[in-house]
Amino acid sequence: MSAPQESFLVSCAKDAAVGGLIALALFSLMIGMQADVATGLGGQLGITYRWGAVGIAVAVVFAGRLLLNLFVWKADTPVTRTLGSFIPKASSVVGLGKYAMPIFLVLAVVLPFLLTYWLGSRGSRQYLDLAILVTTYVMLGWGLNIVVGLAGLLDLGYVAFYAVGAYSYALLAQYFGFSFWVCLPLAGILAAFWGIILGFPVLRLRGDYLAIVTLAFGEIIRVVLLNWYEFTGGPDGITGIPRPSFFGIEFERGEGGFADVFGLEYSSIHRIIFLYYLILIMALVTNFVTMRLRKLPIGRAWEALREDEIACRSLGINTTNTKLTAFALGAMFGGFAGSFFATRQGFISPESFTFIESAVILAIVVLGGLGSQIGVVIAAVVMIGGFEFFRGLEEYRMLVFGLLMVVIMVWRPRGLISVRRPSIALSGGKASVISADLVQEGHG
Amino acid sequence: MTQWNENPVLAIEHLTMRFGGLVAVGDLSFNVGRGDITALIGPNGAGKTTVFNCATGFYKPTEGRIVMNRSNGEHFLLEQMADFKISAKAKVARTFQNIRLFGGMTLLENLMVAQHNRLMLASGFTFGGIFGLAGFKSAEKQAVEKARYWLEKTNLVDRADAPAADLPYGDQRRLEIARAMCSGPELLCLDEPAAGLNPRESAELNMLLNDIRNEHDTSILLIEHDMSVVMEISDHVVVLDYGEKISDGTPDQVKSDPKVIAAYLGVPDDEVEEVEEEVGL
Repeated sequence: MSAPQESFLVSCAKDAAVGGLIALALFSLMIGMQADVATGLGGQLGITYRWGAVGIAVAVVFAGRLLLNLFVWKADTPVTRTLGSFIPKASSVVGLGKYAMPIFLVLAVVLPFLLTYWLGSRGSRQYLDLAILVTTYVMLGWGLNIVVGLAGLLDLGYVAFYAVGAYSYALLAQYFGFSFWVCLPLAGILAAFWGIILGFPVLRLRGDYLAIVTLAFGEIIRVVLLNWYEFTGGPDGITGIPRPSFFGIEFERGEGGFADVFGLEYSSIHRIIFLYYLILIMALVTNFVTMRLRKLPIGRAWEALREDEIACRSLGINTTNTKLTAFALGAMFGGFAGSFFATRQGFISPESFTFIESAVILAIVVLGGLGSQIGVVIAAVVMIGGFEFFRGLEEYRMLVFGLLMVVIMVWRPRGLISVRRPSIALSGGKASVISADLVQEGHG
Repeated sequence: MTQWNENPVLAIEHLTMRFGGLVAVGDLSFNVGRGDITALIGPNGAGKTTVFNCATGFYKPTEGRIVMNRSNGEHFLLEQMADFKISAKAKVARTFQNIRLFGGMTLLENLMVAQHNRLMLASGFTFGGIFGLAGFKSAEKQAVEKARYWLEKTNLVDRADAPAADLPYGDQRRLEIARAMCSGPELLCLDEPAAGLNPRESAELNMLLNDIRNEHDTSILLIEHDMSVVMEISDHVVVLDYGEKISDGTPDQVKSDPKVIAAYLGVPDDEVEEVEEEVGL
């Protein structure tokens, strides 16, 4: 073996050893010691040591770094380059999107039947519930995409509008006995109204300041719901929220119920399937309206606002009103989703509307790619679906989740689908997509 | 030779702009004649861009007033108007010294955004547009035709569907002018349109500006350092130095004004007193 090769190996090993040492320092505290309420000691706090786990973690870091050094970072022909040719390029992903869209749609429509066919009505319930949850987040993601993706306004308090929608329905049903179908538009209007109320003072702010104030607003709404005990029930929440009916036909056993009217055998899965189609239609309406608005002057003004606000004003665009419409519209879809959430759960409390919900919705939009509709779907399926799917991994799923985030950030810093499709083309045909490097992210 | 005082499209009267203790513009008055190309020149830091920002609403002047006289007889006091209203109502459009295009949008989209207000009306403030009403479709078609017209004028029609940020520098400058023209202005304010252009592009720009002035009923106010542009195309030149007007007249008058020569070139030490006497210091 020649001298330079030896030094190559040695340098790789040295680097990996340094990485291992850092990992040891970090993990000896983070993994090695677990503070716990020790059983049998009368509720005393005790520490359990897990040196074996630390050893494994350090070994993984050492081996991983060594391999990366050997084959990627210091190698003449990095393995990633060869692998990279297998990973689809941005342009081919867009081409894929053309087929992915109808495939996703067909899959979404037939999903309940596939599941009940394979797993029976009892076994499929869990998966249908998950599908409803994912679709709810898809709708929320699409709603927030108008605000963050198109208009470039960073909103960290989106869950506030979700809460307004949910509580609007719950309270209207409780105090006035309104049905779901009456409350759904009302909830959307009320949420949009709150969006405008918040927007007036807040949209003068830009960037980080806007983010902080929207975050605070989200918390204020939750704290008000928590403390206004006489009206909202405070931490007890609201129970017995009426379930939606199939245009007046209730999902009940016996005469006049859904199963009876349609000559089916009664099964509790009918309501779940109905809820699934309900949220699917609501989400698709959100998508349709957004796609339509993008091609209208208001949508172009949103995107122009994200690109350069000062130029917008020099062209006679009322930027305050334009931002308000984006905010109100995003809030409205959040409100729709909220009232669906209330009717699905039958019970709501302020617990469901914490900041982490806003963060998850924003993460879906950012991971999917700002402004990309199909990206939001993929991100919601991966994040919500994946998160629930790996419940078996217990505490390690957070670790996996974090790792996944890092991988996506490194691989695709601008989100999974990060290209922008022009809203109009002169040549009549399809204009080619615009790379994300040219598109601004907006500064609030 | 004071045709610009008889029928001014823009009259700046006793304009003063202070930033704290700094007087960027002090008691400045001049007129921009209708149908003229008026150049605002002066050494760096003379306050030219400040005048522009006051006239287009980005700054609120400390004192003075700015009157826009539209050809339909309406008058607007620009110092009292919000910036977006100046473009929408008073029909004053501007470009920027550091180009501000919508880089991630195509050239056509850039020009469509410039026609926002008219299209918003036609789309019934979006409600009509969602349902695809015929009125909106024809308005949109008209807007696209207008955009195509300006793209052809500026030789950019081949790249209409390319993102604006991909254009070379000179093309970006022309696109910004095309975008400003799509908002249908009566006064076009250009902040250093020839900066960074090569001589051929500079000559093309002159042709474009002459064309805008002659065929589109649009007066032009421009800031420029490139004297070949200023002297060749402008009808009226206003010279600023330290926020004050030191000369105002036709290009030939200004060219031979000793104050202007002193401001631009400076004078040898032994001539300073002589010049100061002449200038009146």
